[in-house]
Amino acid sequence: MNGMNGFGRLVLAEWTKFRTVRGWTIGIVAAMLLTGLFGLLPTISCSDANNTPCAAAPTGPDGEAVTDRFYFVHQPLSGDGAITVRLTSLTGEYATHPVGIPGEPARLTSGVEPWSKGGILVTSSLRPGSAYAAMLATGGHGVRMQYNYTHDAAGLPGTASPASPRWLRLVRSGDAITGYDSADGRQWTLVGTAVLAGLPATVQIGMFATSPGHTEVTQNIAASAVRGGPSRASATMDNVAGVGGAWTGGTVTDGQEDGPRGLPGQYQQNGGTFTVSGSGNIAPDVPGGGGIGVAITQPLIGTFFGLIAVAMVGAMFIAAEYRRGLIRTTLTANPRRGQMLAAKAIVLGTVTFVTGLVAAGFALVFGVARVRASVPVDPVGVGTEIRIVVGTALLLAVVAVLALALGAVLRRGTGAVAAVIVVIVLPYLLGELPTVLPLNVQEWLLRITPAAAFSLQQAYPRYSQVDGQYTLFGGYYPLAPWVGFAVLCGYAALAVGLATVLLRRRDA
Amino acid sequence: MNAVLHAEWTKLRTTSTTAWLLAAMVVLTVAVGLLASSAVRCPVGDCGVDPARTGLTGVYLGQAVVVAVGVLAIGGEYGTGMIRTTFTAMPHRLIVLGAKAMLLVGLVVPAGVVAVFGSLLVGRPMLAASGHLVLSLGDGAVLRAAVGSVLYLALIALLAFGIGAAVRDSVVAIGLVLGLLYLFPVISGVVTDPVWQRHLQQIGPMSAGLAVQATTSVGSEPIGPWAGLGVLALWAAGAMLLGGFVVRLRDA
Repeated sequence: MNGMNGFGRLVLAEWTKFRTVRGWTIGIVAAMLLTGLFGLLPTISCSDANNTPCAAAPTGPDGEAVTDRFYFVHQPLSGDGAITVRLTSLTGEYATHPVGIPGEPARLTSGVEPWSKGGILVTSSLRPGSAYAAMLATGGHGVRMQYNYTHDAAGLPGTASPASPRWLRLVRSGDAITGYDSADGRQWTLVGTAVLAGLPATVQIGMFATSPGHTEVTQNIAASAVRGGPSRASATMDNVAGVGGAWTGGTVTDGQEDGPRGLPGQYQQNGGTFTVSGSGNIAPDVPGGGGIGVAITQPLIGTFFGLIAVAMVGAMFIAAEYRRGLIRTTLTANPRRGQMLAAKAIVLGTVTFVTGLVAAGFALVFGVARVRASVPVDPVGVGTEIRIVVGTALLLAVVAVLALALGAVLRRGTGAVAAVIVVIVLPYLLGELPTVLPLNVQEWLLRITPAAAFSLQQAYPRYSQVDGQYTLFGGYYPLAPWVGFAVLCGYAALAVGLATVLLRRRDA
Repeated sequence: MNAVLHAEWTKLRTTSTTAWLLAAMVVLTVAVGLLASSAVRCPVGDCGVDPARTGLTGVYLGQAVVVAVGVLAIGGEYGTGMIRTTFTAMPHRLIVLGAKAMLLVGLVVPAGVVAVFGSLLVGRPMLAASGHLVLSLGDGAVLRAAVGSVLYLALIALLAFGIGAAVRDSVVAIGLVLGLLYLFPVISGVVTDPVWQRHLQQIGPMSAGLAVQATTSVGSEPIGPWAGLGVLALWAAGAMLLGGFVVRLRDA
């Protein structure tokens, strides 16, 4: 029994069929072109309603894009040292519309954002994107220790008030910065330790305030369902201890000047009491929402049309045999029907995977270069880029196999293609039409349907410390990348299993 | 013409696929509408969603089945070679196409009426229970959304029929039509320029055609209700012309 050899020959036979049918070759080439070239369409322009020029977001110490804009009352600190303050209040005001438009004065409403921040901060320099560590009070998330933009640890809960102040302390020792908080200034609790590699001997230390943009999401307006404007937070601090030099105040900014994204900041000193007001954020940049850059996956939008093409090829790869009666010849030559399906799946999966790899790689390299010429693109790590390219190829391959299996079950190409397109594209589409379904339903659709596998294309993590718009077109999906892929694989496995059983039990 | 219609009707009546597909269309449309209607919540003072439009969400899915019906109405005969017999019996090919298209519309419209009015009827109590202000079926805007949705399905069937006649292969045709329908919303989603975004929504057959479903959000739609349906009608007419042209010129 030369089983493996026989199966190898079966794969070869299926490969010969595949490459000699002109329509299938055309379909695969079309899939490659659609996936690869759609990203080159000039779909992105950089001017918003105020014709604000697009400036690139600075990058933080870990390489991710960040927003870095706050008001900082600071002084240099050489060598090791510490700062302690008592924070007695954090208040705020916000605009519901962009400000800075000539002839339209900013109307500010009183209220603090959940992630408005005020507190103390140590930073390597005043350049945006510098390494830093901060102990801060927030509008709605209690005391936090945050450092290097992405790191966030919780301290005391609740909001600060004169009756219930928050004591904050940062201690520098070499590269290590340790944060403490206290409700009374006597009993201190360790919140976290940040190791800022390569921190210079002289750092800037002091008090800061900042507040992210205010957004209100309404679902009834078709495309632009979001309105909002900048906000400003004011933090009142006293009992400043540990540092004794002269203070300097100023806005650290990443180029986003006052106007649509920021309000002017200031500080007042009254005896030992400081009131610091600032606007902006110190956080990772979130593309698609309030952030500056666009997602690196934007040029991969052609994946949809590639998917439709591979679904057509996949379904026809078996349905055409039924239509022409060739299936009887195929099964006479090799009566093991499960093997026949496996050989087809291997050939189809391999071809679509390789094609998808080329197309997605092309789209990511050239498409992103093209987008970058007009708009900043938020960078991602090499590992993520590889996952996106390989993931897109896997997505195409598994969808093709799903279509093949459905084609074997239905024995009709039309039904199989319609079914695959409906289960993979429609959930995504319904998720993106805000008029139709509420957000939670959209998210569930992208968890339980094969469209969950689009999560392979998610480039940026969600940050709990950033209230952004984590939308689909911003590149955010409800499931983790490989979990979403597993959902698609589950459907494909189910379809292949069903097809195998039916192939064995039915007459050809 | 009557004889041709009769012949086509006999063919259609005696193949079970079309009837099953239309039944599936009704069930899927109503089921999705029911799910959508039961899923929306209405926080006090902010009923963001358009109730009629929510009830008619199922049309997004139902249209895929209608596309299959439209494509198979012509592609089925090409697949089996039956088309040669048909054209031998009736050499005036455009008359055959016309008869097929009339029957197609004649089948899709009643099925669409059942699906659309069924969706609105089953969705109403759910939407009302969650606090939405649900207008009665007799209300002008709701009636427009309902009748418009039925016409939308009929036009989608004709669009699919035209493409099916032009490419002759059902699988290719269904991929093309569904790609065309879903292409515009996906592309307009990534276009950040609001002017271009609006233009894409105005010319896309699905995004423009379904603007007719708007009742409370008419002002925020990219295109007026009837104008949007007109855009889809242009697409359908273009596809039919193309299909007729190709069928006439090419060997069967």
